[in-house]
Amino acid sequence: MAKSDVKVLGAWPSPFVMRPRIALNIKSVDYEFLQETLGSKSELLLKSNPVHKKIPVLIHGDKPVCESLIIVEYIDETWSSAPSILPSDPYDRATARFWAAYVDDKFFPSMKEIGFAEGVEAKKAAIQQLVDGLILLEDAYVKCSKGKPFFGGNQIGYLDIAFGSYLGWLRVTEKSNEVKLLDEAKTPGLAKWAEIFCADPAVKDVMPETDKLAEFAKVLAKMRAAPPK
Amino acid sequence: MAGADHLKLLGTKQSMFTYRVVWALKLKGIEYEFIEEDLFNKSSLLLQSNPIHKKVPVLVHAGKPISESRLILEYIDETWKERPMLPEDPLERAHMRFWASFVDDKLMEASRKAFASSGEDQAKATELTAEALKFLEEEIGGKKFFGGEEMGFLDIMMGWFAYWFPFIEEVGGFKVMDPTKFPCITAWTNNFLQVPIVHQNLPQPDELRNVFLGFRSFLLSAHKDH
Repeated sequence: MAKSDVKVLGAWPSPFVMRPRIALNIKSVDYEFLQETLGSKSELLLKSNPVHKKIPVLIHGDKPVCESLIIVEYIDETWSSAPSILPSDPYDRATARFWAAYVDDKFFPSMKEIGFAEGVEAKKAAIQQLVDGLILLEDAYVKCSKGKPFFGGNQIGYLDIAFGSYLGWLRVTEKSNEVKLLDEAKTPGLAKWAEIFCADPAVKDVMPETDKLAEFAKVLAKMRAAPPK
Repeated sequence: MAGADHLKLLGTKQSMFTYRVVWALKLKGIEYEFIEEDLFNKSSLLLQSNPIHKKVPVLVHAGKPISESRLILEYIDETWKERPMLPEDPLERAHMRFWASFVDDKLMEASRKAFASSGEDQAKATELTAEALKFLEEEIGGKKFFGGEEMGFLDIMMGWFAYWFPFIEEVGGFKVMDPTKFPCITAWTNNFLQVPIVHQNLPQPDELRNVFLGFRSFLLSAHKDH
């Protein structure tokens, strides 16, 4: 399949954009990565995702697919030869989807909350909430991985992608708040998993470096404080 | 009949999310045991089965719990292959999942806000609800169901809109649905409610109205101190 047949519209700092890129890498599918400029939305993006106007968008042939986890499932179903991204058993699939939804609906907002929290007490509470979430995810990791390195078993799967895509920003949050969140003591499984995940060939070229991401976070914060006219 | 494959559905008779699962199970002709939960006094089975969110519905299949209505529907479709709810083609599946996500994240969320507020806030939320509905009006177009000739995943996910939404508007004191503004959605609502398994599995209107009256009074009194 020609490279231009598969495009991903996105931006390098976005954890959501990482997800389809990792999935395509797992399937060894070549794609063209079209980056949006911060602060503006391209014609192609507005045309491909008129409802939400958000990245990522996968464009396959001329057909757009939107929403990062929906794109990952689409990739798994379209390039259906091994390796599989979703587990094969329906119950395991439901479990993976459950925790992916948890990560998006609970974990990520609590990570953002740490940045928004004002004052020592509020920050402490926000951090505790995130750590509580990580402990739940540690338990999920132990149950899903069944002794293997990834949530998905021997290879990266759907839940690894869903949760792992937040690791860059998690590290930035640790750095800027001078706190260890993914702690070998409290969450040993996840601490080890994070290293293996980030080093995986399907991940390492799309996971942004923490320093670069931290710089970007500063630019983003400035933009939000004083939006361009 | 309890056996290795015994199915239990934990839910309530008014919960729109519970009914998604009821319709899916009825569509596939699957036998199950319905366990009515008291949400003010949750059973130990519920708390054990859904410890993270402690919410209904939960489907328990041969002792294994599945939570979240959307996930339960996908599980049902993957486990019982007859009468599929999702299309086979990956692009069409992605399309249905996208709109199901939209129904919950945009339409339902805006409806909730409109229901739970008053004055200026309610006016804004009403506008957001109408905007979300416009997208769905376009999406259904002249089709009988979102699934085509037969109802499917997206119809079931949006089913609450056909029956619960009028009560939400009535009790919440706002109006969005208008047959002249949303003729296609109006037609879909009628088609959906006439499907026998839907028609035969809906809450009693007075019970539903009372539940919403209770919610609204609770929500408004919670806001009183602002």
